[in-house]
Amino acid sequence: MAKVTYSLVMPERELAAGEADMVIVPGGDGDFGVLPGHIPMISTVRPGIVEIQDGGKTTARYVVAGGFAEVTRERCTILAEEATPIAEVSAEQLAERERVAATALGVATGEGERKAAEAALGVARDLRRAYDFHAGR
Amino acid sequence: MPSLKQFRLRIRSVQSTQKITKAMKMVAAAKLRRAQEAAQAGRPYAAAMDRMMASLGGAAAGSAGAPKLLAGTGSDKVHLLIVATADRGLCGGFNSTIVREARRAIRAMQAEGKTVKILCVGRKGRDQLRRDYGSQIVDSITDLGRPRIGFADARKVADKVLELFDAGEFDVASIVYNRFRSAISQILTRQQIIPPALPEIPDAAGAAPYEFEPDEETILADLLPRNLTVQIYRALLENAASEQGARMSAMDSATRNAGDMIKRLTLQMNRSRQATITKELIEIISGAEAL
Repeated sequence: MAKVTYSLVMPERELAAGEADMVIVPGGDGDFGVLPGHIPMISTVRPGIVEIQDGGKTTARYVVAGGFAEVTRERCTILAEEATPIAEVSAEQLAERERVAATALGVATGEGERKAAEAALGVARDLRRAYDFHAGR
Repeated sequence: MPSLKQFRLRIRSVQSTQKITKAMKMVAAAKLRRAQEAAQAGRPYAAAMDRMMASLGGAAAGSAGAPKLLAGTGSDKVHLLIVATADRGLCGGFNSTIVREARRAIRAMQAEGKTVKILCVGRKGRDQLRRDYGSQIVDSITDLGRPRIGFADARKVADKVLELFDAGEFDVASIVYNRFRSAISQILTRQQIIPPALPEIPDAAGAAPYEFEPDEETILADLLPRNLTVQIYRALLENAASEQGARMSAMDSATRNAGDMIKRLTLQMNRSRQATITKELIEIISGAEAL
């Protein structure tokens, strides 16, 4: 069976690349799976978990804090400003991140700062929810 | 003629200077390698970003409702010049070439009747421009990239630029930096970042048209600020590599010059020592002859 070539890139480096049967991406309009021959598409990625499936099982999962996905018939490129293998993330870390973001929002002054803090808190909350959901499986 | 003792002191002082420049050269070489690796590692992301900008931006730039960040404000009266230099000196002409280009650009734009605002990145550029253009410097960002340039540093600069843009402080922005070619050669570059110069990818136009999710406007609104950050990140990385390259070659020639100087001083010292011996001999001989 044909495989889809995926790569997960961060501005600083390429985090992961390879071939898989399917890549599941948390798109802005809902999760979607990318199989070989997928229609070319550009989508936003919301904070969540990217899942790589190969040989009938999940081979890798990554926590991404939002970005974009570029899909062609052969390739799936995920651009994330922040991404980590799920094994390097713990529920406590994410909860802590949410707490820090909430505190930052509490002390934010000025409109620009408040908006940035709100966005950071939203990302932290989404990440924690996605993590909890995946951890439960 | 200085005494032997003075020569010896002089040589010793040049020797210790040489040791320092040699060490600095080696440190710069190591940092250069790291900076190059960082630039290399950032390439896949930047390339993917370019592809998306090319396929999204091309169509949207022409349409009427295009975001300001892509199409510009429709005016070009106020220009923001981002001057990216290093925080530290001792790197040959690295900082002064950037500052010279910045001055030239400022003069040219002012001659056309435009207003120029300056955003300094790096301490050296700020220090050199402050005297002449102090009132036009809107802000300066220093101490970036410790220990190395990260994406967060670029975001700091980009956030500042976006904040100014949203406040309507300027119409067009460009960044001046040194593009890295090799350790001995840097290419002075001035690149416009708002509105962005769209990357041209030859096969992008012919390739399959993309579908967009949720839709083009949403993606574009999200993509443009990030693209700006990536452009700045790339410029900062190039600049960091260039800085280390310039420092390496500057320190290399300093080490060589110190070596030449030591050789010359040693020669002078030996000559003057021999002259003294000869003089003493003549004195002894002529003294003996007089008897």
